[in-house]
Amino acid sequence: MLRSEHLGRIVNGKVLVEDVSFEVRKGEVLAIVGPSGSGKSSLLRLLNRLDEPTSGTVYLDQTDYLQIAPRDLRRRLGMVNQRPFLFPGTVEQNLRFGPLQRGESLSQDSIDQLLLRVGLKGYASRNVANLSGGEAQRVSVARTLANSPEALLLDEPTSALDESSKLEVEACIQNVVRDNSLTCILVTHDTAQATRLAERALLLEAGRVTRAGPVREVLHA
Amino acid sequence: MLRLLFKDQLYLGLAQALMAALAAMLVVLLARRRNIHLESDALIAMIRGLVQIMAVGSILLVLLRGPRWTSGLLLAAMIVAAGATSARRAKDMPGAFRVSSCSIALGAGSVIAFMTWLGVIATDITSLVPIGSMLIANAMNTNGLALNRLRADVLAHVGEIETALALGAEAKISVSPYVQASFEASLIPAIDSLRSLGIVWIPGLMAGMLLSGARPVYAAIYQFVVLAMIFAASGLTSLVSTLLIRDRIFTPAQQLILQPGR
Repeated sequence: MLRSEHLGRIVNGKVLVEDVSFEVRKGEVLAIVGPSGSGKSSLLRLLNRLDEPTSGTVYLDQTDYLQIAPRDLRRRLGMVNQRPFLFPGTVEQNLRFGPLQRGESLSQDSIDQLLLRVGLKGYASRNVANLSGGEAQRVSVARTLANSPEALLLDEPTSALDESSKLEVEACIQNVVRDNSLTCILVTHDTAQATRLAERALLLEAGRVTRAGPVREVLHA
Repeated sequence: MLRLLFKDQLYLGLAQALMAALAAMLVVLLARRRNIHLESDALIAMIRGLVQIMAVGSILLVLLRGPRWTSGLLLAAMIVAAGATSARRAKDMPGAFRVSSCSIALGAGSVIAFMTWLGVIATDITSLVPIGSMLIANAMNTNGLALNRLRADVLAHVGEIETALALGAEAKISVSPYVQASFEASLIPAIDSLRSLGIVWIPGLMAGMLLSGARPVYAAIYQFVVLAMIFAASGLTSLVSTLLIRDRIFTPAQQLILQPGR
């Protein structure tokens, strides 16, 4: 479904990502693990084309992603960041944001369904300023799902949360991915979380893949 | 007191400049006592400013006696200099000089041209150049404020902007709150000048017109005319520069170029 071929990015002579190749099948969860500064988030930004690769490319359903309009690509590969960055306003307004960019309006029923999927039934009219960290992150997941993505790119989605919120968000992600058979790439420094959520893992060190395979083998080798 | 000592206007001017510079240096010394060292910067800036204004004054003296088309040349040179000055407020922003120069030329230039055509600004060099320079200088300040504010806001909201992009928003939509805020903030001085006209300050142009024998009512109305033109020139400049720079802080693939530490 998603295939990276020799993907790399060098900025001012500094290697952020180098020669990264991997494939994720439809419905599969792939964890990208590695120490801080190893290029995990840089790789995810390349997949979403928030940054431009300086070498290699990515194929989405056999199509070179450089041939796909960036806005369409980003809708198809929904991204959830470490911090939710909710827009000022209500939960409902945040959920409507993505579809509105394509001139579509979400029905009230769709909003209720999305909130139900992330365990926030009845939150539509709440102001995002009054949400807890865990609730805000779940709204962020729902906002990404409102775009009907084909894959989810999760960048340390629970690392800024306390333990109980972390478990809430993790359970929410697990349900959403399982119920929708979503392809998912999860960047995390939490090896236990990678083991719980993913089937396969890539270990990234200094921008390069140093190990790849079933998650337990990669993490416990 | 100085007027009693110096009868020649040139010597009087130099003595007045010396006294004003001493007042400025006194502030520098006060700052020095609080471990704030401005000595060399302030001294160089003052000497540079004095030399520049005397040189420009001498050139103006020659040009002001020249044919009318020289005013166009002077105003064009001022626009380029204003573009370079306000572009410094937008460091790291791609194409800041070109954007600033074009915006000031379009903002201040079009207001000057239109108002001159209407007869609001007289076509003789002694009217067109001073009034034109006022519009250009204010447009320069507004442009600098707009770009500086936009740069700061974008750098402070990279996460929000990239979240909007990641949700499929167009680049211009993702920065629209910050473009709007920088435009509004840049016009605060121009609005406040209009609002406080005659109450907080009586600007130099009106004082000059009164001294040269103009009717007070006409001098007062014309001061309003100048401030309204400044507002128009500044507003148009800011509008154009924020829109032009907005497109330059993204790549063609709608990736944000302006990033902290890059």
